[in-house]
Amino acid sequence: MNIADIRAQFPILSEKVHGKPLVFLDSAASAQKPDAVIDAMSQMMRSQYANIHRGLHWMSERATEAYEASRNRVASFLGGAREEIVFTRNSTEAINLVAYSYGSLLKPGQAVLISEMEHHANLVPWQMLRDRAGIELRVAPITDDGDLDLDAYGRLLSDGKVALVAITHMSNVLGTITPAERLVTMAHDAGAKILLDGSQAVVHRKVDVQKLGADFYTFTGHKLYGPTGIGVLWARGELLEAMPPFMGGGDMISSVTFEKSTWAPIPAKFEAGTPAIVEAVGLGTAIDWVESIGYEAIGAHEAALTEHALRVLPEVPGFSVVGKPKERGGVISFTMDDVHPHDIATLLDRNGIAVRAGHHCAEPLMHRLGLTATARASFGIYTTEEEIDTLAETLKRIRQFFV
Amino acid sequence: MDGSSCYDALILSRSRKPEFSGSVEEETATVQGNNPVCGDRVTLSLRATDGTIDAVRHQTRGCAICMASADLMAEAVTGRSVTDALELGRRFTDMLETPSSQNMVADEDVLPVGLQAFRPLRTHRSRLRCATLPWTALGEALTQ
Repeated sequence: MNIADIRAQFPILSEKVHGKPLVFLDSAASAQKPDAVIDAMSQMMRSQYANIHRGLHWMSERATEAYEASRNRVASFLGGAREEIVFTRNSTEAINLVAYSYGSLLKPGQAVLISEMEHHANLVPWQMLRDRAGIELRVAPITDDGDLDLDAYGRLLSDGKVALVAITHMSNVLGTITPAERLVTMAHDAGAKILLDGSQAVVHRKVDVQKLGADFYTFTGHKLYGPTGIGVLWARGELLEAMPPFMGGGDMISSVTFEKSTWAPIPAKFEAGTPAIVEAVGLGTAIDWVESIGYEAIGAHEAALTEHALRVLPEVPGFSVVGKPKERGGVISFTMDDVHPHDIATLLDRNGIAVRAGHHCAEPLMHRLGLTATARASFGIYTTEEEIDTLAETLKRIRQFFV
Repeated sequence: MDGSSCYDALILSRSRKPEFSGSVEEETATVQGNNPVCGDRVTLSLRATDGTIDAVRHQTRGCAICMASADLMAEAVTGRSVTDALELGRRFTDMLETPSSQNMVADEDVLPVGLQAFRPLRTHRSRLRCATLPWTALGEALTQ
């Protein structure tokens, strides 16, 4: 993998910010887009665009083909069947879809089990379901290192009341990669279904939903070098068949009278209204692009970056890495004594370095860690060791400035 | 260092060593301001009698901007009438949120130097709320 070649494919990386070369270390929030994705989307809007599934004309047929080809692409990417791929707006919408639809099949006395390190997207929909449906919401604790506490997870499953587990495949704050196969086996042994939030994980590693044995898997396009506005829910076909629709409207029906409607077969049943057609095509292209580089190369690059970062960053006076998980992806949250994360982020920004600071949409996790905010550097395909060195050097100067 | 213009020396020193932290005795109002985006929290304690603010103290958990803003606000409003303090808050917010320098002359007349120290922050749109959070809390405390 030639990093210079890869960087050359991301036009935004040659931009300057406040007169400094952009050092983009916020890919976990949203990744930058390669030419391939930008071109595919623009090409479609220039030459091959119309609404899908409706028109009896050439343009609509071509657009439908492109949209459905993206569904096939996502299916082969995750290892699912094409009718098991539901396009959503993002991972948040995919989780909400499951919470509303599958959630409506749950009964009081049953429970949903999440973990302490969930993003609000995999927490709030379940709280809302709890309050709507009278189910119980359980929270599996993490260890001080930032790993899921598997003993506690097992105990929370042991009474057989948990109908659904919903857990992240990789933490957006700690970088923790959760032992998904183990979690799936334990959930199934306890009679529960399991949803994995793969928003971060799919960016860093090959995911095969069959191998994982999961029941639901969600991810979002914009973190995977694709566009915003397109996300994916994969679910086992028999689950989707049994689930009621999430939203009503065009395209999700089989027939409609004023008295009643019947539903289209899956996955159309879950895709009401005109979907994000161009964005779906962009996502398909992003997946092609990522797989053309290959997860082996991506994984090796990111592991090297993370190792480098964990070596050079702690040399910054007052620097602390948050969490020490057994297995981690290219996400490092940190604090620095005597400097608030927001002040760190502002001064980094003025030196061209983009990081995230705050609670990272995981307030309960911050509370668990005894923090109110952290700064976070996250790495992508295009990140270089030199950029991490620039981060470390700038952090040293920031610390000097404040202390 | 580069890009540190929003951290005036006064802001830095007050963020390190606030002079108005804590709570006042015989407080007549207390209020908590929260910024849900970043987790910053300012708890104000104040005593106002006959429409005049006798004393203000704050307990701030947050960034340097928020800490210094709470401290310099406490200094600026002590001894002022409630009406004056609210007007000062409006001016301060205007100074930060008005993109041009059209109100600069007026600022210099009305705003104490301690508050003018925040002027460079107006090119940091994402940080404005750090400086205005204490004033929002004050507004609540004075009108409750």
